Amino acid sequence: MSIDINEIKKAENLVYKKSSVLTDKVMHYCPGCSHGAVNRIMAEVIEELDLQEETIGVTPVGCSVLLYNYIDIDWQEAAHGRAPALATAIKRLRPDKYVVTYQGDGDLAAIGTAETIHACNRGENIIMIFINNGIYGMTGGQMAPTTLEGMKSSTSPFGRDVARDGNPLNMTQIVASLPGTSYVTRQSVHTAAAARKMKRSLKKAFENQKNNKGTSFIEVVSTCSSGWKMTPAQSNKWMVENMFPSYPLGDLKDE
Amino acid sequence: MREVRLMKGNEAIAEAAIRCGVDGYFGYPITPQSEVMETLMDLKPWETTGMEVLQAESEVASINMLYGGAGCGKKVMTSSSSPGISLMQEGLSYLAGAELPCVVVNVVRGGPGLGTIQPSQSDYFQSVRGGGHGDYNTIVLAPSSVQEMSDFVELAFDLAFKYRNPAIILSDGMIGQMMEKVEMKPFKKRWTNEEIEKYCPWATTGKKKDRERNIITSVELDSQVFESFNHKLVAKYRKMEEEEVRFESFQCEDADYIIVAYGSSARICQKSIDILRSKGIKAGLLRPITLFPFPKAELNSIADRVKGMLSVEMSTGQMVEDVRLAVEGKVKVEHFGRVGGMVHSPEEVVEALEQKIIGG
Repeated sequence: MSIDINEIKKAENLVYKKSSVLTDKVMHYCPGCSHGAVNRIMAEVIEELDLQEETIGVTPVGCSVLLYNYIDIDWQEAAHGRAPALATAIKRLRPDKYVVTYQGDGDLAAIGTAETIHACNRGENIIMIFINNGIYGMTGGQMAPTTLEGMKSSTSPFGRDVARDGNPLNMTQIVASLPGTSYVTRQSVHTAAAARKMKRSLKKAFENQKNNKGTSFIEVVSTCSSGWKMTPAQSNKWMVENMFPSYPLGDLKDE
Repeated sequence: MREVRLMKGNEAIAEAAIRCGVDGYFGYPITPQSEVMETLMDLKPWETTGMEVLQAESEVASINMLYGGAGCGKKVMTSSSSPGISLMQEGLSYLAGAELPCVVVNVVRGGPGLGTIQPSQSDYFQSVRGGGHGDYNTIVLAPSSVQEMSDFVELAFDLAFKYRNPAIILSDGMIGQMMEKVEMKPFKKRWTNEEIEKYCPWATTGKKKDRERNIITSVELDSQVFESFNHKLVAKYRKMEEEEVRFESFQCEDADYIIVAYGSSARICQKSIDILRSKGIKAGLLRPITLFPFPKAELNSIADRVKGMLSVEMSTGQMVEDVRLAVEGKVKVEHFGRVGGMVHSPEEVVEALEQKIIGG
């Protein structure tokens, strides 16, 4: 018995489809990288909340610099670390729009530390997404502020030595302590279940912005297969075993 | 009815910003320009015109707030003084690269380093040569009175939006701090979001169904495409040089000698011209109002009929290079100026002209 394709392509059989807010552009991310999954979740949330015309995004300098190619909303590309400053002005001058920043660990927790802390401390009514993979991906795998102790990178080839290189920076814990943040959470996208939780967190963050609750800050503990020099499967395993103990998942603040 | 007020240059900047319909000011305190933000905070324009005023955590944040606001098609500005303007150079390069309009006021103080809080004109090169990385120019207006501090805010915004480019008002601690009469301009309404969509179709106003998404960016990884983009930028700067040169000449018609000076130095030199004329020396003053674009053609034409020029600036000699380039070696051009926060007297300028040009 042959199966007619039209028998399968029925509305009631639909379990998943590409978000209409996601463009057809082929993503440049490496296999196993978390960016693609987070980008997809952003597009899905924006579509499901019907905010395509209402959202202005800010991209960083780093692997996600070209994020504006993938999600079909208006975007501004910021200088390295300055996304929260852009977002501050965008939201204050267009309070009728939703504003989302997207930054990596080098961008948000090293060069942009001041902008991050002050935007969160002022309680700017924005969403900040923080991709933490403990490495500078785009420039070729250098040590990041969040690189774990002992973790190898091209500028810590023998592993991060805290006596010499300083300690990993837990930025999410810092921003959770600031009065301006209303929602601070740490998520991941390495399993379907984790990705669903991430999606719920992002929806909540949009809801918070609608209700003028101040800064919603979502860290996504992420993989960088190329930078870590591992396969995608190895990266996920390594992340669970090594990143999660230092950067445990869950809500740090939900007011 | 005319509304005339006595005010400081810095206060005039703030008043003018509110009156010409600026949407946002983002700044960080630094002497000698802190009165700009203080005046804005006192006037609370968010309750009247709806203008946003925010004290940022740094000049780096301020200039990037301008990027965000300008990217939305809003009229945004900041003010600072030399060390703070240095911190803004990265942002200015990004603004120029993303072709965003904004206004930056530099109330210059003496450098290098932390330097002095006294007036200087030593940020000329930084202003007219781009200042940050990459091939770009900013429009540079040089007020020489408190009235011009007021008038140039709106002019700077008009030019910034006309060319989608940052515009700088290059003032100094003397013009910023001194008090003069100012004829105030009437209040203008800020653009509505609908007007912005019409005037700035490139702005991030929220993607609409009838247009592609707008992307404000300065990154382009395809070198061929980026080469074309650089040529497009240069064409814009050449157009500014053709259409936007502004200057004022004072007794240049019959002059044998020309003093070239801008801003507060030009005011002093006007007195020097009077002294020189009373001594029977035919001297005239050419005051560039736009430092970029620079009045090259006018200076070149004047060079055909004079014996020499003296560039008088409160720096060790920056604008003098542009004067020399403009006159193409037709006449002798020398520099004079006090530096480090010192201000030359009209008599010192007379003596310099006599020694370096007339007798030299």
